[in-house]
Amino acid sequence: MSSRDEVLRALRAASPEPLPLPDVPTTGIQFEDLRARFAWALGEAGGRCVRVATREDLEAALLLVPEYLAARKVVSLLPGVAKANVDANRIDDPHQLHDIDYCVLPGVLGVAESGAVWITEHGAKNRAVTFLTQHLAIVLDGEALVSNLHQAYERIQIGGPGFALFLSGPSKTADIEQALVIGAHGARSCTVFLVG
Amino acid sequence: MNALPEPSFQGHAEKAAAFVADDERLHWHDKAVYFVRQKRDRAITFVPEWEELRSAASRIKAHSLSRLADYLEEFERNAIANKATVHWARDAEEHNRIVHGLLEARGVKLLVKSKSMLTEDCHLNPYLIARGIEVVDTDLGERIVQFRAEPPSHIVMPAIHLKKEEIGALFHEKLGTPVGLSDPTRLAEAARAHLREKFLSAQAGLTGVNFAIAETGGVVVCTNEGNADLGTALPPLHIACMGVEKIVPRAKDLGVFLRLLARSATGQAITTYTSHFHGPRPGGELHIVIVDNGRSKILARPEYRSALQCIRCAACMNTCPVYRRSGGHSYGVTVPGPIGAVLAPHIDPVKYASLPFASSLCGSCSDVCPVRIDLHQQLLTWRGELGRMKLVPLGKRLASRVGGWVLARTWAYRIFGKLARFGLPKLPKALLASRFNVWGRQRDLPPMPAKSFREVWKARKGS
Repeated sequence: MSSRDEVLRALRAASPEPLPLPDVPTTGIQFEDLRARFAWALGEAGGRCVRVATREDLEAALLLVPEYLAARKVVSLLPGVAKANVDANRIDDPHQLHDIDYCVLPGVLGVAESGAVWITEHGAKNRAVTFLTQHLAIVLDGEALVSNLHQAYERIQIGGPGFALFLSGPSKTADIEQALVIGAHGARSCTVFLVG
Repeated sequence: MNALPEPSFQGHAEKAAAFVADDERLHWHDKAVYFVRQKRDRAITFVPEWEELRSAASRIKAHSLSRLADYLEEFERNAIANKATVHWARDAEEHNRIVHGLLEARGVKLLVKSKSMLTEDCHLNPYLIARGIEVVDTDLGERIVQFRAEPPSHIVMPAIHLKKEEIGALFHEKLGTPVGLSDPTRLAEAARAHLREKFLSAQAGLTGVNFAIAETGGVVVCTNEGNADLGTALPPLHIACMGVEKIVPRAKDLGVFLRLLARSATGQAITTYTSHFHGPRPGGELHIVIVDNGRSKILARPEYRSALQCIRCAACMNTCPVYRRSGGHSYGVTVPGPIGAVLAPHIDPVKYASLPFASSLCGSCSDVCPVRIDLHQQLLTWRGELGRMKLVPLGKRLASRVGGWVLARTWAYRIFGKLARFGLPKLPKALLASRFNVWGRQRDLPPMPAKSFREVWKARKGS
């Protein structure tokens, strides 16, 4: 018998009578001001939220971000970022993105309870840029906010090949004496530009 | 302490002795770990439906465990449809062989790993290192304990037992940081530079799995550092190792578990990176190794089954008064604390017979468990079972038997109560603190009350 069949046989023999599949809560905590709650939660996660009125205001808002100003190599998967000078979609080997200073990505959906953003677009070939970049900016439509994760999973598409993640704030660790250190392996800062 | 009888093997109490001997360190550790418990307490105040979430999580896991084989088959079908390759392993040896085979066939010289208690349990690292593969643990805490050639002492914070000065000295030796540097930010920065280089030169990345979704064939991995993502986005080969119990039926079930996991673990609303892998990245490979390694045996035991619901948040350790005051290494097993103490005897009841006794049965672990595992009940059940297997020292077995006999008889209880109240204070300290009474070793008797509760109660009712 193959290992597969043996494991499955052992599990079947050990399983109790099937229990009913429970429903998942779909409401959960609701927030009136989703934008304000999202900004607060993102702050708790070590990130920062910047409100802009329209997409056209993005560049002006970026120019107030010190990490963007200091950046030499910039990737943007959104149009209208003046400093963007590396096209991640034209790079075949993700290792070439090791020295990216700043990266601008679109977010799909934001979760107000946690400051997490659902990200699916990382550049057609190289999702590595999301994790290699020294600093990260995410552009998110203010209308694309939900209160909690239950609502988020109702909205997002999961299934079929691909990679996606909830990202909340910059990379961090507290592995040395519980002291919070921002910038463990990934982005050292994470700014979410909330449009509208 | 010198009067300790030689134990036939090192149990929890013997292993904890060295840790407990350093009083200052013991209290430092106790506080550091309890601080995490307090962060958890703060985090759940933001979730009014917390208790309903725990119940939902418990029911979803219990359901999944009742149909585990069906869900694993569904998961496998969908994972293959996503172009992942699925492997099955009966035990640790087979798991290690599969992983090594994948690495060897692709000529992998350097493997970067993110945290995986499963591979720790299977002793994958020494297996691969013995076969000429460099293995680098990339979680900062895990890298620290790997440098020290010791196991993690906590499943979420592997180096919680170490002080920053010790880590500074270690990094000076291993990474060339300045002598005396102990600032966590600068130490973490040194580790970042060191591990970036490893990420960029590895030919394969290995991750654990927090959740495997049956209906979509995807796996979810949670980290705060982003090490699982860097480790899998750069090299062409991603190996994900999971125990059979990681299955959840639907993607929407994650809404429940992810709201519980990070809050219970570290007091965060969600981990920084909660990554959903559905198949390999373009041009790469994703291999998922599904491992039994004793889990089906636990599944077959109704009284212990719910331990398989565990999502490895470590809340039970952070709250446990025994864990906090004895340290993770005193358990001598990969997963310490209350959940470790109920899992370990399934692996080897002889070796781990002392672990279910490393508890005051206060029940705090069961109270904080996000999936409502009846941890303290299972600890008690194990005590009975190990006693019947004669794996508990004779003295303890006899004392339990006498205690049980007395407590079951009101008249005997009254007589023994009187004897204790009047007799115990008259016994010499030399006898109370003798080697036959381990409880007397570090404790003095409390003053005995003149009257029993029953007598006080009677007198009150009479007045």
